[in-house]
Amino acid sequence: MTGARTNTLANLRGSIERIEAHAGATAPARVALGHADADATLQGGLAQAAVHEVFAAGRQSAAATGFIAGLAGRVAARRPLVWVRQDFTEIESGALSMAGLAELGLDPRRVVTVRAADVDAALRTAADALACDALGAVVLEVWGEARQFDLVASRKLTLAAQASGVTGLLLRVAAEPAPSAAETRWIVRAAHSPPAAASRPAASGNAWGAPVFDAQLVRNRHGPVGRWIMEWKCDECLFEKPATYPQPVAAAPAHRPHHASARAPERRAG
Amino acid sequence: MGTGSGGENASEQNSNPSIVVAKQNNALQIFALDDAAARLGLAIGLPLANARAICPRLRVFDADTAADAGVLNDVADWCDRFTPLVALDPPYGLFLDITGCAHLFGGEAGLMQMVCGALTRQGFAVSAAIAGTSICARTVTRHVSGRIVPDGGEAEAVKSLPVFALGADDTITRGLRRAGLKTIGDVASRARHEITARFGDDFTTLLAHALGQGDAPISPRKPLPDYIVEKRFPEPVATEAVISATLSRLAAMLVAAMDRQGKGARRLEAHFFRTDGAVRAIAVDTGQPVTRAEMIDRLFRERLDALHDPLDPGFGFDLIRLSASRVEIVVQQQRDLDANVHDNDELADLIDRIAARIGGQRVVVYLPQDTHVPECAVMAAPAQHHLAAAQQADWPARVTSEPPLRPLRLFARPEAIKVIAEVPDGPPAWFQWRRATHTVRRVEGPERVAMEWWRSQKAMLTRDYFRVEDEAGLRFWLYRDGLYDRGIAQPAGEIIQPNWFVHGLFA
Repeated sequence: MTGARTNTLANLRGSIERIEAHAGATAPARVALGHADADATLQGGLAQAAVHEVFAAGRQSAAATGFIAGLAGRVAARRPLVWVRQDFTEIESGALSMAGLAELGLDPRRVVTVRAADVDAALRTAADALACDALGAVVLEVWGEARQFDLVASRKLTLAAQASGVTGLLLRVAAEPAPSAAETRWIVRAAHSPPAAASRPAASGNAWGAPVFDAQLVRNRHGPVGRWIMEWKCDECLFEKPATYPQPVAAAPAHRPHHASARAPERRAG
Repeated sequence: MGTGSGGENASEQNSNPSIVVAKQNNALQIFALDDAAARLGLAIGLPLANARAICPRLRVFDADTAADAGVLNDVADWCDRFTPLVALDPPYGLFLDITGCAHLFGGEAGLMQMVCGALTRQGFAVSAAIAGTSICARTVTRHVSGRIVPDGGEAEAVKSLPVFALGADDTITRGLRRAGLKTIGDVASRARHEITARFGDDFTTLLAHALGQGDAPISPRKPLPDYIVEKRFPEPVATEAVISATLSRLAAMLVAAMDRQGKGARRLEAHFFRTDGAVRAIAVDTGQPVTRAEMIDRLFRERLDALHDPLDPGFGFDLIRLSASRVEIVVQQQRDLDANVHDNDELADLIDRIAARIGGQRVVVYLPQDTHVPECAVMAAPAQHHLAAAQQADWPARVTSEPPLRPLRLFARPEAIKVIAEVPDGPPAWFQWRRATHTVRRVEGPERVAMEWWRSQKAMLTRDYFRVEDEAGLRFWLYRDGLYDRGIAQPAGEIIQPNWFVHGLFA
């Protein structure tokens, strides 16, 4: 009796070890964002073959879209990008404009958009697309709270991403963060354009307007969190610290995880 | 060979005679009637009042020609199982081109028996005939059912039939009767030019066709698919496993048939014939010619999964058919070395799969357009057909070291806002959008966009676009519709406020 029990326990321990070894062994390739501090916190950059969530603060969908477009541009490099969105987002926050994407320095030729009617179709399409290893990244854009985005759905997306090596990016507007299997979670709001530098007189006039984000990393499965002001450099296609920024935002304590994950820091979601 | 079959709703076996009435010439007239009514001496065209006088216990129904046409279409769908070439002959007829098909159903007689038997069981009154020309077959059905006219015997077969059987206009039929020409043989015996002079060229042609001299081609409802494979079941099948297994097997057969001629399918259709006569057709389009059976199988599985009204087998399907209705020559590509080609194939496959599930219009790529009007500058095109074009599209280069000049998110319909701005053409200082107020901190503009008067008939106003940033750092793309000195009407000295809109949001 006890022999059988120890045997079972040993078996279970063995399988847990195997699972953990598997999880640890997949040290994913990382793509540097360009922003030195953020890259340091992320241990080299954004993990590929994983799912990352970007939440728009309030209804600031455009800022979050710009941030996620930048992430997708970094991650996908020269491979195709599939952008799955729900019909409703187009009414609420406008359609993704290819002219605008081109202005950000990204290539509209590589974008395929899927106009899903509802969340279910969008989720399923995104899972399909994540399984296709010819892609660089898949963006799934959903407006509002969606009960379909539970742990199971998020775990499925993560598994598909791990299997194919494609990076999944989840754009949520008007939604509250919920537990998920995502690798990182960001909350993005728009930041002021930096004022014209003293060296450049105000007459030049167009120093402002570059996409500047106030990006808060609120969850990071494999490292600390933080908050940075990032500027997307349209010419170089990378994020950078804005050159002159008068009000530095106090960085969040580097080694304290987000309160949501503070409760169970080692918990593996999903 | 042609078959004409006339089907008419036979009413229930009822003690009371039934008629269907329709309004013609401002009076309700009999449109159709059953046997019991016919025995009473009622006839098509008789006014309803007269019919009621003859028989007060008449059951009367309104005619529904749309439903009649629908039923005829359904019957035609059912007939697809015998031949792909089925043509409608409204209001009650169908032509089936059974050239080369009859032997599959036990010869011409067997085929006709099968068609008539099945339709009679469903409650239709059927009259069918087989003849060398469609018009001849139709003429024969008007008089007698179940006749097979041998090749060359057309003139002999129709000679003794009354002229109304030709199905010409009422005026012609009446005219022929008045002229004393009662049978088709009588008409045929007259000199052709006499008939033409009196009744027109069309009638002469009709007559010639009925006599087997020349034939008018029937116009089938659907174009003939290039490749067809099908599986008939002696026992109807209803389980999903059998259906999907059958589709896989058919896909393999179809691919083998296409492969021999180096073709790939661009459009595939699956027809499910139910035992009770209903036919369900499901079509799948692909962006690239499909040459692999498993791809076909997968596309149909996606499609069947996503159907809003799932495939209802009812009492089971007795025939499943897979056809390739559009095919293309496949260019064989070297795949081992060029990873790019391979990746593109995978992307195209993915697009096909998604399109099969949610529709081809919902998967789009973008093509730049040569226009300054912001909402028209980019065209979304179905990815299945325009993927290659989109990947090679020539986008206008961005101005380096400039911030973005076009917003990342663009509203399909610009949203009206309340604005405080300097007159006449100052930038906005404050605006209210979606019940939230924004104070403008920075502004850049105007960028004047004139509408394309050479394209649209409707006069459209010139727009002044401003890039603005508010106190929270949100960046907007606003525009004023129209200029003060022109465009905005000022009737009777009244100052019309120009309209302002939010057109997009910058990141």
